Amino acid sequence: MGGGPDKKGVPMKIVVDYDLCESNAICMQILPEVFEVRDDDFLYVLDESPAEELRPKVEECVNRCPKQAISIEG
Amino acid sequence: MIPPRSVTIVGASLAGLRAAETLRREGYDGSITMIGDEPHLPYDRPPLSKQILSGEWPPERSGLTSAEALADAGIELLTSKRAIGFDLATRQLEFGDGGTLVVDGLILATGARCRRLRATDHLAGVHVLRGLDDVEGLRRELDTGPSRVVVVGAGFIGAEVAATVRTAGFEVTLVEAEATPLARVLGSEIGEVCAEIHRDHGVDLRTGVGVVSVEGSRRVESVGLSDGSRVAADILVVGIGVVPNTEWLEDSGLTIDNGVVCDQTSLAAPGVVAAGDVARWPNPRFNEVMRVEHWDNAVEQGAHAARRLLVDDSAAVAFAPVPWFWSDQYDRKIQMAGRGRPGDEMHLATGSFAERRFAVLYGRAGRLVGVVGFNRPRHVMRYKSMIEDGVSFENAVSADV
Repeated sequence: MGGGPDKKGVPMKIVVDYDLCESNAICMQILPEVFEVRDDDFLYVLDESPAEELRPKVEECVNRCPKQAISIEG
Repeated sequence: MIPPRSVTIVGASLAGLRAAETLRREGYDGSITMIGDEPHLPYDRPPLSKQILSGEWPPERSGLTSAEALADAGIELLTSKRAIGFDLATRQLEFGDGGTLVVDGLILATGARCRRLRATDHLAGVHVLRGLDDVEGLRRELDTGPSRVVVVGAGFIGAEVAATVRTAGFEVTLVEAEATPLARVLGSEIGEVCAEIHRDHGVDLRTGVGVVSVEGSRRVESVGLSDGSRVAADILVVGIGVVPNTEWLEDSGLTIDNGVVCDQTSLAAPGVVAAGDVARWPNPRFNEVMRVEHWDNAVEQGAHAARRLLVDDSAAVAFAPVPWFWSDQYDRKIQMAGRGRPGDEMHLATGSFAERRFAVLYGRAGRLVGVVGFNRPRHVMRYKSMIEDGVSFENAVSADV
């Protein structure tokens, strides 16, 4: 469990739908090393394919995004 | 700990759904039944007063899940089924259709419903906005072309409806009993900023007045205000708060007092938890008994309550969130975290009221207890983390964010 790519060997990929994202920044609070809302009020994904051990945190970001703008591929 | 043989969730909205999903994520393999009184699959409420009301999104886009996803997760959903009673001693639920069900684990997530103005039930054109059917009813009427909309209550829902309807080109009068919108939540200074935003967008904002009468024979025709004035209305939208749906539990043996009363861990009785708008619990972080009507709380407490059902009392943890919510009005994103209130020490941390882009900190007893931001999401989240970390007000004020 954790520490590497999943069974298929494919790392997860974080996808943000920027048509939905309104920079509420909840994701930044949960995972600041992956998500950053800058002073221009836009969200930047700092790491689209973070380490597998971060998956539960990424899933929390998906669930707690008020705009349902984040999804995980892989 | 012997996990419950089955878990029944009453309420099929956000808190209930997140509770069900959390049970599966935690590895629970018993049966899960979620029971809702609406005909719809679980849907998301925030878009209702904005994208769905404006017509930008079709109603189905508010869906939170699909029948397939629920089936894949082994979550049974019963729709159009209203719980009307529960007996803790026998653990039996009673339904409006005459059915009964004896439950093991029980999650109460029946939410809240809108307050209504008295003696308006017989009038067409009077609306509240809580559910998908409400917004579709309001949209249908707006589509038929009436132009004068009166919104009663400039709280978050009333303000959002006013913003959406005004942006769509309707004449809007917004009536608020307090001296400024949101005065009791944000204080009068920030409330005044909200007032200016409405007025700049052409909303006729009437503050410090209440509704004393609603006239009309079959449809609403006008609204009488406490200052003696009268406002013509083709449509009246009432946004004067919500009440928790607990009547059905009055004789259950559970403690009901402005919500289902829970302990710190969200437990209302052995094997019974509550989550979302209906739950009232002591939040140890703020040493305050609270009932929180926010979207994020439904997500978080739904998950917490589900986990609570799966552990022994000795392993149970307190639910101690920093409440957070947002409201989108015109081009402003208002966000609030913590428990700031008028009377707290306040500090403008960034921006200015004049540019309507700022973050204000709230301090009480030397601690940072709240933050309000207008178009400052990054700051709000940074300060929210500081509230979680118990940072002193002084250190928050001097922090480089």
